[in-house]
Amino acid sequence: MTAFLVVLVIILFGVAVMQLNKIFQLSQQAKTEDSEVASGKDNNTQGYLMLGFVFFIYGLLALCFWLWGDVLLPVSASEHGLEIDQLFLVTMILIFVTGIFTQWLLHYFAFVYRGNTEKKALFYAENHKLEFIWTIIPVVVLAGLIIYGLFTWSDIMSIDEDEDPLVIELYAYQFDWRARYSGEDNALGEANVRLIEGVNQLGVDISDPNAQDDKVVNELHLPLGRKVLFKMRSQDVLHSAYMPHFRAQMNCVPGMVTQFAFTPNLTTEEMRLEEDVITKVKNINAIRTEKNIDLIAKGEEELEMYEFDYLLLCNKICGSNHFNMQMKIIVETEEEYHAWLAQQATLAETLKN
Amino acid sequence: MSDNTNNHDDHGHHHKETFVTKYIFSQDHKMISKQYLITGLFMGFIGIAMSLLFRLQLAWPDHQFTVYEIFLGKWAEDGVMDPNMYLALVTIHGTIMVFFVLTAGLSGTFSNLLIPLQIGARDMASGFLNMLSYWMFFLSSVIMVLSLFVEAGPANAGWTIYPPLSALPQAIPGSGAGMTLWLVSMAIFIASSLLGSLNYIVTVINLRTKGMSMTRLPLTIWSFLVTAIIGVVSFPVLLSAALMLIMDRSFGTSFFLSDIYIAGEVLHNQGGSPVLFEHLFWFLGHPEVYIVILPAMGLVSEIMATNSRKPIFGYRAMIASILAIAFLSTIVWGHHMFVTGMNPFLGSVFTFTTLLIAIPSAVKSFNWITTLWKGNLKMNTGMLFSIGFVSTFISGGLTGLILGDSALDINVHDTMFVVAHFHLVMGISALYGLFAGVYHWFPKMFEGRMLNKKLGYIHFWITAIGAYGVFFPMHFVGMAGLPRRYYTNTNFPYFDDLTDINVVITFFAFFAAAGQLVFLYNFFNSMFFGKMGSKNPWNSTTLEWTAEVKHIHGNWDGPIPEVHRWSYDYSKMNKDESDYVIAGQDYVPQHIPIQDNEEELSH
Repeated sequence: MTAFLVVLVIILFGVAVMQLNKIFQLSQQAKTEDSEVASGKDNNTQGYLMLGFVFFIYGLLALCFWLWGDVLLPVSASEHGLEIDQLFLVTMILIFVTGIFTQWLLHYFAFVYRGNTEKKALFYAENHKLEFIWTIIPVVVLAGLIIYGLFTWSDIMSIDEDEDPLVIELYAYQFDWRARYSGEDNALGEANVRLIEGVNQLGVDISDPNAQDDKVVNELHLPLGRKVLFKMRSQDVLHSAYMPHFRAQMNCVPGMVTQFAFTPNLTTEEMRLEEDVITKVKNINAIRTEKNIDLIAKGEEELEMYEFDYLLLCNKICGSNHFNMQMKIIVETEEEYHAWLAQQATLAETLKN
Repeated sequence: MSDNTNNHDDHGHHHKETFVTKYIFSQDHKMISKQYLITGLFMGFIGIAMSLLFRLQLAWPDHQFTVYEIFLGKWAEDGVMDPNMYLALVTIHGTIMVFFVLTAGLSGTFSNLLIPLQIGARDMASGFLNMLSYWMFFLSSVIMVLSLFVEAGPANAGWTIYPPLSALPQAIPGSGAGMTLWLVSMAIFIASSLLGSLNYIVTVINLRTKGMSMTRLPLTIWSFLVTAIIGVVSFPVLLSAALMLIMDRSFGTSFFLSDIYIAGEVLHNQGGSPVLFEHLFWFLGHPEVYIVILPAMGLVSEIMATNSRKPIFGYRAMIASILAIAFLSTIVWGHHMFVTGMNPFLGSVFTFTTLLIAIPSAVKSFNWITTLWKGNLKMNTGMLFSIGFVSTFISGGLTGLILGDSALDINVHDTMFVVAHFHLVMGISALYGLFAGVYHWFPKMFEGRMLNKKLGYIHFWITAIGAYGVFFPMHFVGMAGLPRRYYTNTNFPYFDDLTDINVVITFFAFFAAAGQLVFLYNFFNSMFFGKMGSKNPWNSTTLEWTAEVKHIHGNWDGPIPEVHRWSYDYSKMNKDESDYVIAGQDYVPQHIPIQDNEEELSH
């Protein structure tokens, strides 16, 4: 019945608009045939609206920052991430300066040169000097950006094996993650999905001596200040290992091993004390408390209060539960890390049982 | 340049047209262009409606909506949207908007309408191929729409259909019959697009009227020509990718599949690489965004010059930048793949070529702004959308500096930041180009009837505010680290605080969509009841306004006009600067010979 009423209201509304339009059209008949071409009055109104619009854009931008500045990612928790953030900032400043300037020119010109019958436009077809200027300025600025960007990129992507990074395998499957630590020898055993059997979920080659001390876990612990080299594999479809707080991402591709390396420089505990994170957690908990009031009223289970943790997220569409494919990452001191790792069973032990 | 002024008599505007030959299997470019436009608008309606459904889901993930049940049936029992259906909606929304609306609906409509009319030809080089192109597009649209109704749901592996997800029905239900139909539909679409493009290229090269040299062509024609060339170069690559994917899916080949363990068993496939598919896909996929945006740029350049009553600033630079963009567009595809496991050195190369594109784009933007400078701006609706185009092209394009930079891309790749970026720079901008074109050339399409300007203004301002309202805040969602294609952001606590932003975005999305209803009403109402304008309502210089208002086959009743000047003689003064070249008229149409009292430019 409600649906019927809604449909009826929509139809009646449509009829009303049509009738109004008819009246509107009848009352306009006396006008000239070009009445649908902008008149001097239209030019004027639209010109002012254009000027208003540029302030709308600026206002919207300012409002977004004011309202949502605190949802952005906190300071980078990895060493290379600081460089990325620096480059990001430089690029953003450039974007804002250029954007604000060109939007102003565009809309201001639209306002100030709004037409009327007396005005004459200037026949101005080209000016090589001007065109040269606005070709060369982007060339120079972009050359700078490109060089800066490429140095940062090759710093991040070139992995020096001599640094003896800690090797960890990230293994993705629908819809969860596993991490395989390479153990004492810091070398991962060979693996292939064809070898998956029973508890050997990752298809590790059990006959490989390197594999014996590998440890498979479902929570990622990283020692502070040590370079970690992630080797990524996927069991089924494309996934992407996205660790936003570390400014790190690499796809996991079935049939090949991809890699990414970074050095964590803030422990989970330290990150929890960052001002941005405190604010963010406070906001999230405020939201959850509010939701709980509803849930309690409905007699449902309450949401737990949130505490910050680093996350590994899947960032490549991988199926129906893509939105919930995540793993907790804990950055801790070297001692805590070793203590934790010692508790985990090696592959050899797991398979024996 | 063929001179076909003499053979206009044997052109077929005398023999009888039946309803079928006139309105359905028409070979007349004007009718075909209208068919493209209306099919495109219909697909656009579906695409936008889908976006509203998933925007509801994103804003209120815990809420049950009856509207889901009405439209999605078994995919939304009790008003809870199935995550697979959410993915299907974003997938089909992307496919429809990119290919069916912004490729066929934009380039198909205006290339067909304007190429013959603006170069002074009686029709396309091959009317039959042109008809075939439209009907193949129609068939592919029908198949795409039908795929929405298959048992296991439509394709839902994302519009980029990366295998293995798109290849394995075990991985996601939409990769069964839904994906088969998707691939069939796209294969037909590509054939249609190629037929159309070849026709456009041949027509522009061979059928220009006497005097219409390449440097006298309106920028619209330049952009359609270059768009068609990019299409011919890159679409076949997508076809090859689609064919290989079909073989992987149905005939057991391993082009893109290797070492897969799914649903408890190991697949036999070995040696293939999903990265190969990504290369093939983006070899089309990236030029595709220029296939979408270049026609819009052409339309905007033309409309802006006409309504500023000024020549387009830097005509040759505009052509050069169209060519530069077209060339660069074919060597930047790898910037979609920085973190796919591609060699990092390739990443450096693609960063370099990608950021180079900013140069011709900057030149174009400054040239448009300078075109406005000291103009006598006629604020017609087409003009407003053109200004809006430059605005969104700039705001969306600038964030490309971040995404195109491989180092920065690491952390924003595949987040909502990307979604915000490309919607502004190619989605919204190209739509503005489409709207600008429709408002400007409506009288040419519908025999002199004009769109209502008041409704046009309302449409523009709602759209302009709505578009920024949707996509500015979306950048923040992305910078907060939220991946795209997430069914909900509240399944774990970290992104709980983004819900507010999502609500705001959804509000603006509905606001903007409501504005499109105003347009639809205006469009269909004006088609039948619109006011008749004069023959050349915008006082434009180009040839299409010299053609008959009433549609006849062959466009001009008499001989085809001869061209004596470029298409941008707006507000040109006579030698002694006392008046315009033609006294009291601020424009000189292309078919008017050079006057004694004017200086001849090098066109």
